[in-house]
Amino acid sequence: MSTFSAIGEEREIDRDEYTPGVEPQPTWCPGCGDFSVLKALKQALPEVGRSPEETLLCTGIGCSGKLNSYLDTYGFHTIHGRSLPVARAAKLANPDLEVIAAGGDGDGYGIGGNHFLHTARENHDMTYIVFNNEIFGLTKGQTSPTSPKGHKSKTQPHGSAKEPLKPLSLSLNAGASYVARTAAVNPNQAKEIIIEAIEHDGFAHVDFLTQCPTWNKDARQYVPYIDVNESDDYDFDKTDRVEAAEMMRQTEESLYEGEVLTGRYYVDEDRPSYGSEKQTIGEMPEEPLAERYWDDDYEWERSHDEFLDKHA
Amino acid sequence: MTDDELIWRISGGSGDGIASTSQNFAKALMRSGLNVFTHRHYPSRIRGGHTYTEVRASSDPVNSRGDGYNFLLALGDSFARNPQEEAVYGNEEIKPLSENLDELREGGVIVYDEGLLDASEIPDFEERAEENDWHVYPLDLRGLARDMGREVMRNTAGVGATCALTGMDLNHVEDLMRDAMPEKILEPNIEILETAYDQVSEEYDVDAPDVSVPTGEHDETQLLMSGSDAISYGAIDEGCRFIAGYPMTPWTEVFTIMTQNLPSLGGISEQVEDEIAAAALAVGASHAGVKAMSGSSGGGFALMSEPLGLAEMTETPVVLVEAMRAGPSTGMPTKPEQSDLEHVLYTSQGDSQRVVLAPGTVEEAYEQSRIAFRLAYEYQIPSILLYDQKLGGEMTNVPKSHFDREPNPTLGKTLTEDALADEPHSPDGKFHRFQHDVEDGVSPRSIPGQKGGRFLATGNEHSPTGHIEESPDNRVAQIDRRTQKLEAIRADLDQEDTGSYVGPDDAQYGILTFGSQQGTVEEAVGRLNDAGISVKSYGVSDMLPFPTEQVEAFVESVDEVLVVEMTASGQFRGLVQKNLGRYGEKLSSLLKYNGNPFEPAEIVDGFEAAIIEGDGDASGHQTTFVPAAGD
Repeated sequence: MSTFSAIGEEREIDRDEYTPGVEPQPTWCPGCGDFSVLKALKQALPEVGRSPEETLLCTGIGCSGKLNSYLDTYGFHTIHGRSLPVARAAKLANPDLEVIAAGGDGDGYGIGGNHFLHTARENHDMTYIVFNNEIFGLTKGQTSPTSPKGHKSKTQPHGSAKEPLKPLSLSLNAGASYVARTAAVNPNQAKEIIIEAIEHDGFAHVDFLTQCPTWNKDARQYVPYIDVNESDDYDFDKTDRVEAAEMMRQTEESLYEGEVLTGRYYVDEDRPSYGSEKQTIGEMPEEPLAERYWDDDYEWERSHDEFLDKHA
Repeated sequence: MTDDELIWRISGGSGDGIASTSQNFAKALMRSGLNVFTHRHYPSRIRGGHTYTEVRASSDPVNSRGDGYNFLLALGDSFARNPQEEAVYGNEEIKPLSENLDELREGGVIVYDEGLLDASEIPDFEERAEENDWHVYPLDLRGLARDMGREVMRNTAGVGATCALTGMDLNHVEDLMRDAMPEKILEPNIEILETAYDQVSEEYDVDAPDVSVPTGEHDETQLLMSGSDAISYGAIDEGCRFIAGYPMTPWTEVFTIMTQNLPSLGGISEQVEDEIAAAALAVGASHAGVKAMSGSSGGGFALMSEPLGLAEMTETPVVLVEAMRAGPSTGMPTKPEQSDLEHVLYTSQGDSQRVVLAPGTVEEAYEQSRIAFRLAYEYQIPSILLYDQKLGGEMTNVPKSHFDREPNPTLGKTLTEDALADEPHSPDGKFHRFQHDVEDGVSPRSIPGQKGGRFLATGNEHSPTGHIEESPDNRVAQIDRRTQKLEAIRADLDQEDTGSYVGPDDAQYGILTFGSQQGTVEEAVGRLNDAGISVKSYGVSDMLPFPTEQVEAFVESVDEVLVVEMTASGQFRGLVQKNLGRYGEKLSSLLKYNGNPFEPAEIVDGFEAAIIEGDGDASGHQTTFVPAAGD
């Protein structure tokens, strides 16, 4: 039996395998967009052939963080904003794992914004799903980084004076090699995008519009939505940075004017992932580091033999 | 203090090669058979500013800086600013000479580069030299270096002059230059070294040196090593192959050494966006089954509070190192202090469940780096190695045999897939990673990718499978189990006392200290006993879990205890009292927080003034005495 025999095992995977026995029914509010992320993942993972025990799902804190309780894989429910650094280290330690990170808009674009920028910049081979509901849900309805200008809440009683953050543009400029937006109300597109994101070799960022029926009643339910890749009204090349940037700008502006645009915005299949860049310069082993600790034949190096002579 | 010792101080500006020159000279002295110990002083500045390194050499063991020094090599500061006395920073050009005079012993030697330094600009220089019986040698080191190579090689000329004036053979210095220097600069440097040596020998009577280099012999191979080297090698020998960090003085040394060495071992180093990420990466890598570390200094470590707590709650093994410098806030970035003790013990929300070790010497730094990893992985708990700018940067000779040990790459209680199959699981197949009743509180873990091992790690309180769970019974069971690990670790540590004891067992008085002040305290204890004062010392390394029994026995065995530490608020004394719960009336403090580590004489004088004479602070020192409770 190999050390990590769940990895790369050839078998049929049933989507029910991802449903935990302890809490099969999520506690999200009725009508919450988060259900759609869960459903899309349960559909996508068997289709890409990654089983619960070769998948590591790292989440942050908030309603989105509960995803770990309802999707039964190896899980790491981390701290607010920190899912990405935990996730990308796990991927470096064992590149054979399927690593997915998830969090909310406050988690990923606010408190964890620095990690988001740098993880995208480095182009780690992983999927990052941001549950974007334009609000802080679990703490009961405060204004978030993606709330529209003028948004009123208990913490912004006079309406927010801030322009919302533009996650797609930010992601592109930071260096993500796959950037998409989907919406909870669009399950087929969501599934397809999640599949592409998982299969993408690099940092795949999915901004997932998840309506919050409890704390963001005023907001749209993200219907009707338009798929910019399919609509005849839009024509752009998603492999072209400049055209992608312009499409993102339009999408981000129109969201606050009531038009929900979704789809794949930027795809760069040529850029090597961070792990392979690091291997190229000799700073990362070819074999997963995590395997070495189980290799009885490995001769562990000692400082005594390797480094001490220069001190004599 | 041994009479037969050389304490050589080389001074100049940052960027003048003070560190590398002193390191080579220290190594030459070590190779000649002497014990060496270095002490460095430098500003937070890339170029220029008052910088010096002291190299103390003796045939006897040396584990501390000395009291003052006896040989000054004052080079010019090539990057000195504004040679005006009225300027805020004064006349920086003369500082390599003027700033170093107060600590030069009577009868000491001054070699200064008259090509760059004008002694006549220093008030009363000649009078002071006469009063103190200093032997002054103005030499045009810059001119000599310029004529035969390049100006920057004046350090080499200074070393040549030092050798001539102390009676030191050039062989070891030349050997080292051959090892360290590229061909292109080697020849001119050798020529400069020899010329300076010859010129000084001809011009002055060097047959009876004012200060001579001692002679000694080692019976085994010695290595010149810093605390930062030792910590790094300890990590490597424990199988650590992953480090993540963000640059910050003085922790950067360990980060750099690890980063330079890991690729050749198939390891991974990550320089990341901030210290929150750095610690979180170490946690992520360890969770995925790799032995991992991170670290920082005060302000950067503050950012690690959250991932540290996450590691405690998820029982993810990880080692963090904290290199203290003077605080609060940015404080004094290049100056040592021990005032992050309480920060490291208590930072992060909730009840602390961590190990904190504070090695006292370079040898202990290696030892305890290994212990920190062993405990972290065996007990699934974060371990913190607490040291400071002093220990990290000081260099001393350590026998090579000290490092001749087996590596220990084991992950601790981690299950194979076969073993996992026999462990408890929920009906849906989730592994009980956090079982309530297990030996020593350590519940065996699985690694992602293993069949039959899936569980949830979460910073929330959780059930045996890791599922978020807030029921009172589960809460009490889990927190009791995690706390129980600390008792088990204490018992584990008690199998081999890592404390350092010096002085007679039946001494009347005691000195307690922790971390990097240990060697200095021990030298002071030797001198106090030589002077007829019966005193012993205990250098404590385990900060958490605290060796309460051992410290209590020590305090109980003496009339009074002086607690020596580099803090302004007596943090270590507070920790001792918290753990002992009594003896407040027996414990007084000797504190130093001016940015420079204790000299042995400051502890000797401080002890005599406070304990023997009972009249508080010793005069002439920038140390502070705080009396015992009730005094």
